[in-house]
Amino acid sequence: MRVMAIVVRIIRQFFRDKRTLALMIVAPMFILLLMDLVFNGEQYKPAIAVSEHVPDMVVDKLKEAGAKVKELSEQQAREQLDDQDIDAWLEMNGSAPHVTLEGSDPTANQAVMAAVQQAFQSMAPKPPFQLKTTYWHGSSDMASFDYFGPVLIGFFVFFFVFLIAGVSFLRERTNGTLERLMATPLRRWEMVAGYMIGFGLFTTIQASLISWFAIDGLDMMMEGSFGYVLLITFLLAMTALALGMLLSAFANNELQMMQFIPLVVVPQVFFSGLFNLDTMEEWLRSLSVIMPLTYGADALRDIMVRGKGFSAIAVDVYVLLGFTLLFMVLNVVALKKYRKL
Amino acid sequence: MSVHPPIQVERVSKRFGKKVVIDDVSLDVRAGEIFGLLGPSGAGKTTLVRMIAGIDQASEGTIRVLGANMPNLGAMKRIGFMAQSDALYGELTALENMQFFASIYGLRGKKQKERIDDMLALVNLTDDRKKPVHQYSGGMKRRLSLAIALLHEPDVLILDEPTVGIDPVLRQSIWAELERIRQRGTTIVVTTHVMDEAEKCGRLGMIREGRLIAVGRPDELKQKAGAETIEQAFLTFGGARR
Repeated sequence: MRVMAIVVRIIRQFFRDKRTLALMIVAPMFILLLMDLVFNGEQYKPAIAVSEHVPDMVVDKLKEAGAKVKELSEQQAREQLDDQDIDAWLEMNGSAPHVTLEGSDPTANQAVMAAVQQAFQSMAPKPPFQLKTTYWHGSSDMASFDYFGPVLIGFFVFFFVFLIAGVSFLRERTNGTLERLMATPLRRWEMVAGYMIGFGLFTTIQASLISWFAIDGLDMMMEGSFGYVLLITFLLAMTALALGMLLSAFANNELQMMQFIPLVVVPQVFFSGLFNLDTMEEWLRSLSVIMPLTYGADALRDIMVRGKGFSAIAVDVYVLLGFTLLFMVLNVVALKKYRKL
Repeated sequence: MSVHPPIQVERVSKRFGKKVVIDDVSLDVRAGEIFGLLGPSGAGKTTLVRMIAGIDQASEGTIRVLGANMPNLGAMKRIGFMAQSDALYGELTALENMQFFASIYGLRGKKQKERIDDMLALVNLTDDRKKPVHQYSGGMKRRLSLAIALLHEPDVLILDEPTVGIDPVLRQSIWAELERIRQRGTTIVVTTHVMDEAEKCGRLGMIREGRLIAVGRPDELKQKAGAETIEQAFLTFGGARR
């Protein structure tokens, strides 16, 4: 079968091009690892200077709350704030505490405020009741990486497949082999199908390895079934594959293919749930409807964070399938540029 | 073989937007001949052979190849095409390139192996068959492209500038090869802008600015134009002299 001829050829080419093969698999893992290191790092320890009037008890409590504390005169404190050696300066005017923040780093600000508040709160009389918290999903030791993670897995699979599929198909256009193939009885749909299957085999391996690395290697939160994660990453990869092929029709060289990244890939990151969109204008938010990554990220989060089953991700699965089919059909149409038949 | 000529071009025009690239061209190519399309680059030779090969569609007029109106996938199975640029997969070996195109044409198993071995021997690449194509010289790539175009034993072979950028010795051997293929009954259409190559064709069509300005045997054309060489004949028909 002619489709199989293309599949075999793509596989052979892949094994010749070890670097691309590595890029598809190792690069996403490497970036996930970096993300993990950045987001899962130790909590920030604020450096707080105190004036001599601050009671020892407060200093002890601040230390308990994780702050690095030292005693400084007002003059020294001002200088060190200026040099960013300390994050805050705490003084007591009578019984009222006063904090001066260095102020340029929100993370440091928050850490100082949390420590100070915790220190003074623990000295106040205990409230008559304590709030009990139950997690419907997630847990108290869930890191922000656990929340970003599913989106990131989806994104990296999408991004690398999009890029490599786009460039491969573009190369087929620019080095004349596509045109040459159009002089054979190969049908346009057979061309598209061959590419989808050939690349599909690789993206399956790629998606599995990335998911496995994130979940087992980086110990990302995983409540649901690994099979569903594979299903979604596979569908995302197929969508990216078909979209990359399609857009390569509108690029004349590799550089122009890269130009699609800020246009097509980056906006999806913003809209796919990595950032909370609730504060955005309604009409702008509705843009996410046309972005494949929205559905992939949503489904992955449902599976990995909320541990849901197929009924929760069914819509996402169908939409991703729909995107893939749509892009495949458009590809078959776009090949008319090379041969009318 | 049918009584009709294997290639019939009738009043064919091709426009890209407003630009007329082929203007009302009619010609027949007879069975078992080498038909040369001669003209400067930009004359429309490539566009014409692409339409004959079924890759492009005529804006007006009809093209019949082996009895079928082009473009037609059935007829394309019986056409061999060699493009101007070598359309090969550089990271694959010559053998793998041939296996790929052979399967596209539906050749498989023992038959495929036989054809590949024969064609590799024909273009003298048997010893280099396991080298990746990006290590090939320009001439080797051209020969491999020719071998690929011949894999499925086409009845009609279309070659777009097969000898461009090839050294004279190799050019000689390619033409000798074409002559052998012709003798086995294959109809060959070849484009060229090299005047002395045109002498080797059975018949010639001279193309200038999308128009067919003359058709005939090389000696016929020279006689008709009262010219010593094909180049002079081309100038005469093109209206540069007289």
